[in-house]
Amino acid sequence: MGLISLLSIWMIPCFILIIMITASIRKLPAYDLFVEGGKEGVKTAVSLLPFLVGMITAISILRSSGALDAFVDLIAPLLAFIGFPAEVLPLALIRPISGTAALGMTTEIIATYGPDSFIGTLASVMQGSTDTTLYVLTIYFGAIGIKKIRYALQAGLLADLIAILAAVFLVTMMFG
Amino acid sequence: MINWIWIGMAAIGIIYAMFSGNMEAVNEAIFESAAQAVSLAIGLISILVFWLGMMRIAEEAGILRGLAKLFRPIISKIFPEIPKDHPALGYILSNLTANMFGLGNAATPLGIKAMEEMKKLNNHAETASRSMITFLILNTTGLTLIPTTVIGIRMQYESASPTEIVGITLLVTCIGTLAGLAIDRFFYYKSTWGKS
Repeated sequence: MGLISLLSIWMIPCFILIIMITASIRKLPAYDLFVEGGKEGVKTAVSLLPFLVGMITAISILRSSGALDAFVDLIAPLLAFIGFPAEVLPLALIRPISGTAALGMTTEIIATYGPDSFIGTLASVMQGSTDTTLYVLTIYFGAIGIKKIRYALQAGLLADLIAILAAVFLVTMMFG
Repeated sequence: MINWIWIGMAAIGIIYAMFSGNMEAVNEAIFESAAQAVSLAIGLISILVFWLGMMRIAEEAGILRGLAKLFRPIISKIFPEIPKDHPALGYILSNLTANMFGLGNAATPLGIKAMEEMKKLNNHAETASRSMITFLILNTTGLTLIPTTVIGIRMQYESASPTEIVGITLLVTCIGTLAGLAIDRFFYYKSTWGKS
């Protein structure tokens, strides 16, 4: 547990140090490259904007109407006996389907419960640890014209389920 | 599908508010959350610029290529049907390393290239090959070293420690990837059972 917190704090600075040292050994114009790559970041953030506005607004309507909380209250007793927090179920359901919807949901959960709360931490880990199965499947198989996908969907969704359960279990152990 | 989910969330919310008497809150939420989303997207610029800037240096310095070389023996074990010196392996490796560093935009074209090569190996059939499904699983389990966007969101909502989740996310993503590979093998052997 101490090791994992240490890893969280040390990983990014150490990685940056490795980049800097390698760049100076190779005599690269590091600063110029940084600026050039950084421009991509502006583009990415701006292109995310309409997706976030659309999704966060729809989720906020659902939350402020009371419907989302009613749903959570309804399913909470069913999930309580396996120790699964009902607050993150909507996120778990939407994570494999749509990346932007999941990102909106994660944001809304963090805004509602706080980033450092148990629920906020769990939502962060769930969002960060898997990718959008349906999107990946559509893009890659669509691009090369695969018609029969065999067991790809079942295997992908089952892997998502295991990652989500692992997130609940580990976050409960460390922050619960 | 996503269109229906989106409509569903908004429509159910508004209809529910008609009966729960929360229409005022809904009305407020529409405009407040739109503004909130904009400031979030603007706030994400800081971390995305920093990270993608760093990654450009890493790319030019050959760190990504070095890592890909390091993983080559493992990856060729995971894809037994691809010959060791086939270009498909190279594309798979570059796609996975790009994904690991959160370079989704760079990873997707590489992944499509990898799929095209695997289709050639599969005699251009329209049925997914074993290697294609394994590759897909590795992509959907999303092996990520640093979840930059999540860190950015946590920063925006004033987390005391935005990167606190890095270690545990890495652990979960590794478990998910290993489980995904095991599930993939299981389905593959199940599908060939009694056929050979």
